[in-house]
Amino acid sequence: MWTTKTFLTKTKRGNILKIVREHYLRDDLLCGSAACNVCPHKDDEYVLDPKPESICALFDYPHYLVLDTNVVLHQIDVLEEDALTNVIILQTVLEEVKHQNTAIFQRILDVIGNKKRKFYSFVNEHHKDTYVERNPGEKQNDRNDRAIRKAASWYETHLSINNVKGQHPKIVLITDDEKNRKMAQEEGITCCSVKDYVENVNGFVGLVDKLSKNVIPESCSKDALYPAHLTPAEIHSGIRNGKLHQGTFHASRDNFLEGTATVNGYEKSILLQGHIGINRAVDGDLVAIEVFPEEEWRKPSDIVLEDKADDPGDLLEEESVLLNAVKPADNKNEITPTGKVVGIIRRKWRQYCGILLPSKFPGATRHLFTPAEKRIPRVRIETRQSDMLASQRILVALDSWPRNSRYPLGHFVRALGPIGDKDAENEVILLEHDVPHARFSEAVLACLPPNDWTIPPEEIKKRVDLRSICICSVDPPGCTDIDDALHARPTATAGVYEVGVHIADVTHFVRPATALDKEAASRSTTVYLVDKRIDMVPDLLSSNLCSLRGGEERLAFSCVWEIDENANILSTKFHKSVIKSAAAMTYEEAQIAIDDSSRNDEIARSLRTLNKLAKKLKKKRLDNGALLLASPEIRFQVDSETHEPLEVQAKKIMDTNSMVEEFMLLANVSVAQRLAEDFPQCALLRRHPSPPPANFEHFLLAARQQGFEIDVSTNKSFSKSLDEAVIPGRPYFNILLRIMATRCMMQAVYFSSGNHTQEEYYHYGLACPIYTHFTSPIRRYADVLVHRLLAASIGADVTHAELLDVRYAAALCDNLNYRHRQAQYAGRASVALNTHILFKYRVEIESAVVLAVKRNALQVLIPKYGLEGPLYLPSDMFTYNEENHMQICGDVTLKTFDELTVRLSLDSTNLQHRKLVFQLVKPFVPGFSYVPEEQKEKKPEQMEVDKEQENLKKRKDTAQSKGSKKKSKKK
Amino acid sequence: MPATDLLSSQGLRLDGRRPNELRRIRCRLGVFTQPDGSAYLEQGNTKVLAAVYGPHQASKSKLSTEGVVVNCQYSMATFSTGERKNRPRGDRKSQEMSMHLRQALTAAIKTELYPRSQIDIYVEVLQADGGAYCACVNAATLALTEAGVPLRAYVCASSASMAAAGAGSAGPEPLLDVGHVEEAAGGVVLTVAALPTTGHIALLEMSHRLHMDYFDIVLSRAMQGCRDIEVILDRAVRDHLAEGWTKQDVMTI
Repeated sequence: MWTTKTFLTKTKRGNILKIVREHYLRDDLLCGSAACNVCPHKDDEYVLDPKPESICALFDYPHYLVLDTNVVLHQIDVLEEDALTNVIILQTVLEEVKHQNTAIFQRILDVIGNKKRKFYSFVNEHHKDTYVERNPGEKQNDRNDRAIRKAASWYETHLSINNVKGQHPKIVLITDDEKNRKMAQEEGITCCSVKDYVENVNGFVGLVDKLSKNVIPESCSKDALYPAHLTPAEIHSGIRNGKLHQGTFHASRDNFLEGTATVNGYEKSILLQGHIGINRAVDGDLVAIEVFPEEEWRKPSDIVLEDKADDPGDLLEEESVLLNAVKPADNKNEITPTGKVVGIIRRKWRQYCGILLPSKFPGATRHLFTPAEKRIPRVRIETRQSDMLASQRILVALDSWPRNSRYPLGHFVRALGPIGDKDAENEVILLEHDVPHARFSEAVLACLPPNDWTIPPEEIKKRVDLRSICICSVDPPGCTDIDDALHARPTATAGVYEVGVHIADVTHFVRPATALDKEAASRSTTVYLVDKRIDMVPDLLSSNLCSLRGGEERLAFSCVWEIDENANILSTKFHKSVIKSAAAMTYEEAQIAIDDSSRNDEIARSLRTLNKLAKKLKKKRLDNGALLLASPEIRFQVDSETHEPLEVQAKKIMDTNSMVEEFMLLANVSVAQRLAEDFPQCALLRRHPSPPPANFEHFLLAARQQGFEIDVSTNKSFSKSLDEAVIPGRPYFNILLRIMATRCMMQAVYFSSGNHTQEEYYHYGLACPIYTHFTSPIRRYADVLVHRLLAASIGADVTHAELLDVRYAAALCDNLNYRHRQAQYAGRASVALNTHILFKYRVEIESAVVLAVKRNALQVLIPKYGLEGPLYLPSDMFTYNEENHMQICGDVTLKTFDELTVRLSLDSTNLQHRKLVFQLVKPFVPGFSYVPEEQKEKKPEQMEVDKEQENLKKRKDTAQSKGSKKKSKKK
Repeated sequence: MPATDLLSSQGLRLDGRRPNELRRIRCRLGVFTQPDGSAYLEQGNTKVLAAVYGPHQASKSKLSTEGVVVNCQYSMATFSTGERKNRPRGDRKSQEMSMHLRQALTAAIKTELYPRSQIDIYVEVLQADGGAYCACVNAATLALTEAGVPLRAYVCASSASMAAAGAGSAGPEPLLDVGHVEEAAGGVVLTVAALPTTGHIALLEMSHRLHMDYFDIVLSRAMQGCRDIEVILDRAVRDHLAEGWTKQDVMTI
């Protein structure tokens, strides 16, 4: 083993420090080639073929590829394609990639890990013959390039040793850097650019499409449309001396020429307008911003601007429309700090779903791509498969955005399926919300018990045997992942009941640090789409072995209380158990069992006790200040064959719903208390911060207009005043109020107890000082962790290292919270998709309520469907009262909580963004409201269409007239 | 707590070592003439000097009739770290180090042979790059041997840490002989001073919390390190003695 060689690095940490690090050079690193006669390989260590078959027409002899850093960074999509094999990835390259982009680093590691791909990672930095020391004055990049060239030429000579001349594989260096290519050629290394190589590859159609069109964005100064970005050094010094600010760019949903960035030091976010103001920033990018002097500040425009449908070429226009539309307002409150993007600190590009815009010229290779996400600009891509892709949803990656291109350049990644196809649309939802939904890998499936697994007798001995007790589960109809069951029975003492909550023992199957555990941790939650469930753990566990099905013996984790008649808890026990559920019921069945006085079997008695206690528990909870909130939830009735939604209805709530919920809450709280006691540093808990008063502003105003003063100072007073806000004759009003209140809340989050103080544990919505999730381990990973902690706490299981690691727990919580949020969004997106399908062929007139009043629209909710959407109001008819949030037209006043009647239909003119259109029916506004057909029998069908067009036109006109008015003023 | 990112996907550490490899150790005995025994030892970039005086008559305050009093002083040169140190000795950390040194060395010295006397051991860290304590113990052992103090066995110290399962690596893996970079990465550092020939552990110290599951493998890796170091020290002593005898022979002739 060779040692030594130290090298010097200087780093800045306030003052300049000299850091000396050791660097060991080794002679035991293998080259990985089967053609090598020198390295002492073992048989399984060969990665590269002895005689690799060439697929490139330029190099018709066997060769290995050596890649440059930029090739890996930019062409990862090409590398992931199953085409190029026998590639050497140098450590120099890997480290640079890791430093620059961890996501790509992970992807290239996956490629290297795939044995079939024959990618070998060679540790050139620690090899005695390939290590290169940095010359004085040499830049790091130049050194790395030299190291890559050195490694390439080493391979060439290394493979030629003991090999007949011409018999051994050659080395081809792939780099896009021209200077590097020239120097390599001087050193006698064969080299080539990616483009030349890939374009001459035979037999892999579509590989060329995946080539990244990477241009150094600042180099194209010819015909430049955009101002150049500042260099990183300039940005750095600018931010230091306070001239520039750093912030994340958020593009506007409505106006493609507008965006904002949140910046430290400014209360409001900075407004960025126009092509020049945004200067090639894409939603999510970390940008450097120059803020204008105060007199140039503007207010955000409230017009809706969409990019034009056809390809305008590389021109910038529309600028004037927007800029003139926004005159400096007289009202000081409305103007916001305005600025422009002067540089990009870090791109946060991902892959985007969308569709190709139809090209004007058949057979053209350059196309425009429209992403599904409105905030992302269109992307210019090159593909030769446009005919095939035109009807598909496709995935595209962004490459670069040169100064002379109106749109960013990108490349095609893969097709998801035909537009309108249910699976393709679901795939889009899952991808856009970053939901891991691939099939479970072999490694994960290998962790599962056999299909016919039964509880081994020794496992039963270790547990408390509750099989004789009458336990039942209550769930929504059609539920296959049953993770909770209940029982209640009187004890020897009169007036004291034994109540047990039994949760599926998922941790018995999901052991820590297995592939299954890792996969579950990364998925974090089961995602429910309307017609599809993306499981957190494989089906065998989620709907069989862990599901507490009726009449089957299952492993459970039980929480058993002794509760007196007034629902006071006398004692709490936790233990692992074996149960046999007597019945798996739906809410409805359970309700019937309770109500049916003729039934007096054990199940019915048990349910009645539970129901009685639950009501008392609920009352106690509400007295403590717990909020009863509401959200419009709907269920789709799905056609069993086509999976097309047939009908929607709001979810029904029954007594038994709240019965189950109450005991789940109780179990969660009991477990949380126990965990916080035993693991003060690393208990996984859930907290719900109290909302800041500012969140309530609009809500309070709207309630006041209806004549109610809501007290939001504490959750108790809030809950009380919500209860009192009832309008006789309008039963939906109170629910509506609660729906609105829900939207003022903060998100509840998971956290690790070591990272917050005791006071911060508080759960505002439930009004309890401590809370966690224990009751759904089949569909939430948080519960799995809680189970493990609790098992360790009662001595039923051993702890493992990661469970008690505070830093690991914090990272895990971040992932849990992120996935949880994304799962919710994905669920909502799926509901939206299904409503669109439902309204494809139908039009309905329904009653609605106003949720909010905007400048040019009303946000309305249809209680029957739980649907929500904007009802646009033309500004030439309606005047907007800003102070009171009202829209007024003649004698019609529209304000929050008003009840309306609206007409629903689907607007499919834009394939990408199909949306529901709401039209006002009642109150009747002449010239605007939709007239139902019965009332205008005489009018022909044609009129209606005309009318709609007229309305549309009017809206457009108003937007334009607004613009022109301001134009004239400026003149 | 295992630290992340300490092992590359090829199973090499940041400086190119494998998990079970020590840093390069170079040492010399008899670097000073004034003390009774002295040694210089390099463990990677950590460089220390050790000097031993005695056994000599103990000062009255420390005198013990049961055995020799071992007096240790640990100091770090002001230029030993990247940022200049203000106090070379006497601060809390140095005092603690002195005590730990004393504990490890007392365990190795046959103290009962010299009642009413004292041995002074001075160690100076010239350059610190992680694992200073281990280097000090190893250097002091050499100095004690050179001074001819009877030892039960060589006392060797080594540290070990735990690397979390990183991208592409198989699983958590214990790391031997932790350098400064790896220490700073925030993982646990277990320091062991042991008498490898007898199998006794003279001192065991751990910087953070470590889960029970990992403790045994980390400890056994550190013990392996101690055994490896003993081989190196033993060879150094033998080489020195061979060299020394010839010198003396020349002088007497």
